[in-house]
Amino acid sequence: VTPSTLPREEAWRWPETRWQSSEIGSASGRRIAAGVDVGSVSTQAVLLADGELYTYANLRTGSSSSQSAEKAMQLALESTGLRLQDIHACVGTGYGRVNVPFAKCTITEIACHARGAHHIYGPTVRTVLDMGGQDCKAIRCDEKGRVVDFLMNDKCAAGTGRGLEVFAELLHVPIQEMGALSLRVTREPPMVSSTCVVFAKSEALGLLRQGWSKEETLAAYHAAMANRLGALLRRLGVEKDFAITGGIAKNIGIVSRLRRELDVEPLTASIDPQIAGALGAALLADEMLDEI
Amino acid sequence: VIAAGIDVGAKTTKAILMDGDAILGRGAVPTGFDQDQAACQALGVARQEAALEESSIKKVFFTGLAGRSFASAAGHISSVRAAARGTIHLLPEARTIIDVGAEQSYSLSCDAHGAVLDFALNERCAAGSGAFLEAMSHALEVTLQELDALAGKASGKVRITAQCTIFAESEVVSLIHSQTPKPDIAGAIIDSIASRVAATVRGMGSTPLVVLIGGLARCAAFRTGLQSSLEMDVQIPENPEFACALGAALIAMEEQ
Repeated sequence: VTPSTLPREEAWRWPETRWQSSEIGSASGRRIAAGVDVGSVSTQAVLLADGELYTYANLRTGSSSSQSAEKAMQLALESTGLRLQDIHACVGTGYGRVNVPFAKCTITEIACHARGAHHIYGPTVRTVLDMGGQDCKAIRCDEKGRVVDFLMNDKCAAGTGRGLEVFAELLHVPIQEMGALSLRVTREPPMVSSTCVVFAKSEALGLLRQGWSKEETLAAYHAAMANRLGALLRRLGVEKDFAITGGIAKNIGIVSRLRRELDVEPLTASIDPQIAGALGAALLADEMLDEI
Repeated sequence: VIAAGIDVGAKTTKAILMDGDAILGRGAVPTGFDQDQAACQALGVARQEAALEESSIKKVFFTGLAGRSFASAAGHISSVRAAARGTIHLLPEARTIIDVGAEQSYSLSCDAHGAVLDFALNERCAAGSGAFLEAMSHALEVTLQELDALAGKASGKVRITAQCTIFAESEVVSLIHSQTPKPDIAGAIIDSIASRVAATVRGMGSTPLVVLIGGLARCAAFRTGLQSSLEMDVQIPENPEFACALGAALIAMEEQ
């Protein structure tokens, strides 16, 4: 099933999507569990029908967390025939999790991403890298998708989606095309030396002035990001299997450089890795229904 | 002997011409992309003010951005050493010196002769440098001067929690969206950078007299913020942005 693309607001921003399972016909009479992940940049709502992925919506977070959560949930419910009150349990997660009005409870995004990665990539996953809009987390988990240990960076934009957005703006490249573009170089240039995104931006301007192409400049920045993410993962220790979640998991420029950096093959899956947090939340909501 | 000190900063290049204790001329130009050219231009402006021939300058010392072609031809000293020497010349009681420039900041402790005893440098993160204020004033759509003036009228009720410049930018945008009064946002911005710089100073120990130099010394609200964060008086010398260039010129004369 291919995600339907909704109209873009701005060229450099990633497209919002909605997906619905073609295998589950009507959800009426089924057990409905939901998860909403309100991130700093994107918001996802996931619905499970009898524990199976039924539908999801992936939107950009607006200025209000609660409105973003509602908007994502409305889009997920659209054309399912379900209403908000038909949801038996909903878990909120992410940066804005306390502002999900219809959530029964909240769970940290670390627990949700581990659980979501376990479902998307299978029970062999032991290390998860969640690359989000304003933070990145390296998570170690067990065979049940429970968190064993984690490290995170939420203090600095380097190594986060926000840093990529700054470069998308600077180079006028749609963010979803950056990764592929960064690989279109004949050989890998030296990486951007500044850690700070503000300084990296000035450094990139200098490189462009020296005659570097967009592709080379992107390669230099992607390499610096992969290097930083690699360092975070190595501090935690990378145990196989390794999987990546979050929006940047779709950036091939980061993923392929990270693979080289760590010498570990990340698992691939057919489910959008950006919904891992909301999916994990929905799975945990579903488990709560089991317990009742 | 007439000597020149040139301080190549990330944003501005400053030059100073001295004869003994007397300052003959000063020049400041934007650094731009060509540092050698900026150095020549700044020196040119200083020479014009001093009405001096190029041949009368016997010695040139550089400080600031290191390892450039022009600098290697003359002498080069570290910013920290130049800052200490220049500031002691202006304010002999200075023992703790804070320099906040466009892309880096540091604090140092020195003795009565301007010899550096210890220093703490931040050059890796834009928070705590002029780049932070520049990004914030851009987000608030005001000039740096306006930001400074606005911050003076802040109620002090608003805070910025993000340390990272990029994240703080988004925070400022959401404060604007939630109709927070501009002076309060400006105040929060200044408090943020002041407390960050103060933390670096405290980590090193702050012996009075504390002196602030560099471009941000011109920002009155920043000085006030720094004073309340450190709970100490912070002095500013005359022409604070020229302190490093002055130090370089003085060291050039001394190292005959």
